[in-house]
Amino acid sequence: MASSEEDGTVEEKENNNKKRTKSALTTAWLTFYNIAMTAGWLVLAMAMLRFYIKKGTHKGLYRSIARTLKFFQTFALVEVGHCAIGIVRTSVIVTGVQVCSRIFMVWLVASSIRQIQNEESVILFLVVWTVTEITRYSYYTFKLLNHLPYFVKWARYNFFIVLYPLGVIGELLSIYAALPFVRRSGMYSMRLPNKYNVSFDYYYCLIIVMLSYIPLFPQLYFHMLRQRRRVLHGEVIVEKDD
Amino acid sequence: MDLHLKVEVLDAKTREQLCFLDKVEPHSTIGDIKSLFYKLYPRWYPARQSLTLDPKGKFLRDEEILQSLPVGTTATMYFKDLGPQLGWTTVFFAENIGPLLIYLLFYFRVPYIYSDRCAFTSSPHKVVTMACVCHTFHYLKRLIETIFVHRFSHGSMPLRTIVKNCLYYWGFSAWLAYYINHPLYTPPSYGEVQVHYAMVIFAICEMGNFSIHLSLSHLRGDRSRGRRFPAPSKNPFTWLFFFVSCPNHTYEVGTWVSFSIMTQCLPVAVFTVLGFIQMTVWAKGKHRAYVREFKDYPAVRVAIIPLIL
Repeated sequence: MASSEEDGTVEEKENNNKKRTKSALTTAWLTFYNIAMTAGWLVLAMAMLRFYIKKGTHKGLYRSIARTLKFFQTFALVEVGHCAIGIVRTSVIVTGVQVCSRIFMVWLVASSIRQIQNEESVILFLVVWTVTEITRYSYYTFKLLNHLPYFVKWARYNFFIVLYPLGVIGELLSIYAALPFVRRSGMYSMRLPNKYNVSFDYYYCLIIVMLSYIPLFPQLYFHMLRQRRRVLHGEVIVEKDD
Repeated sequence: MDLHLKVEVLDAKTREQLCFLDKVEPHSTIGDIKSLFYKLYPRWYPARQSLTLDPKGKFLRDEEILQSLPVGTTATMYFKDLGPQLGWTTVFFAENIGPLLIYLLFYFRVPYIYSDRCAFTSSPHKVVTMACVCHTFHYLKRLIETIFVHRFSHGSMPLRTIVKNCLYYWGFSAWLAYYINHPLYTPPSYGEVQVHYAMVIFAICEMGNFSIHLSLSHLRGDRSRGRRFPAPSKNPFTWLFFFVSCPNHTYEVGTWVSFSIMTQCLPVAVFTVLGFIQMTVWAKGKHRAYVREFKDYPAVRVAIIPLIL
């Protein structure tokens, strides 16, 4: 019957429209997200600069930007969701590990252990993170808008060569500086006896975290180096199979 | 007319020719090819060979016959080394002997685990001894099943996976044994009642789990009636088959839940949760495979938790 044939084609068109609108919606959301994050980290950078210029010292800098930092760094959890539902083609595990390590540093080390907030190592990783994130998010933004200036691409795939190790040094030194305070206060720890028959020592947990940088950091670093070779030089890398 | 086929084996990564087999019978199997390949390369025994028709494709099963594959007169195959392999029985044995012995080290408070003056002492709490009996029984049962009951389908498992699995099982058993047998262990809040009820459930689940393993092994052994899906029998423990595809996993979760309640130890609960997640993944896979294979598969059955999951 003619009307049912028409219904068929109208339905098909609707489905195609649904697919196209979904993809447009996805692009719109991702563009908005990346612009917002670029802006957020730019705000952080400005705040840090203004503080340093005004006060001439880094003491108290962390406290002044702590809330903004917590907000934007925690919001990055959304990126794990992007990978999980597939709108961003990156491994959930790689993104998950990176975001979790950032959140761990912010919430469980820098914000909760006040005595280290004026350490130089904290400022080091803050600066590194800020530069890295501004580069990264603006790269994604430009890419989504299909207008990617070469220098942004260049920055994204070259800055990390120096910034990644610097950031790791800042993070490790900060955790190391925090150790004596954690030991003395016994924070986040639980001792026996208790009715759940479990114990947890945050001091040793932090030491294990520091040790875990040894296998994890090279993997992430070489992953970025491989990506760099592929994107900047068009090399085809044969991955070693597990 | 020469009906024989030629087989060329290339390295999947480097594409260099590893061997060229002339005059191969068309009805030879992949297993035969692997044996011939093994003669040329003695360190790559058949279990660690992966042969594919496409460098990135799925590996060919040993039973496949050359004639039935989409190849011309010269078959080109790609070889990948799967690494050292161990048979399933060896794997299961290694995975289960570790926890059995490690727990006992903690129960008898071998020196250097707890403080010196506690070495070789025993806990005043009855529940600690009961927990040791249960844990040891659980792993002894598994070892016996591995040797006498289970019929394994695949031949082997790569060494790396075994190391990872053993680290997981051995590590967890050390972690939970440490707390249960600790001098500062706190017995369950509801005392004897909690322990006794938990023990009853533990016993029921262990018997259930064993019944299911027996039932599955009979199913596998009885090839005369073709492939069938598992079904309830006269044994009441197998009646769980009315509701779930993998009651062995259901009973296993029950065992560990009861052990958590019996010891009231958080590490045991963590192990239970992780085990539950892993077993649910396995059960769902098995359930999907059953549904796909058997058109008359009972609709009321779910994977692991009756009526729910």
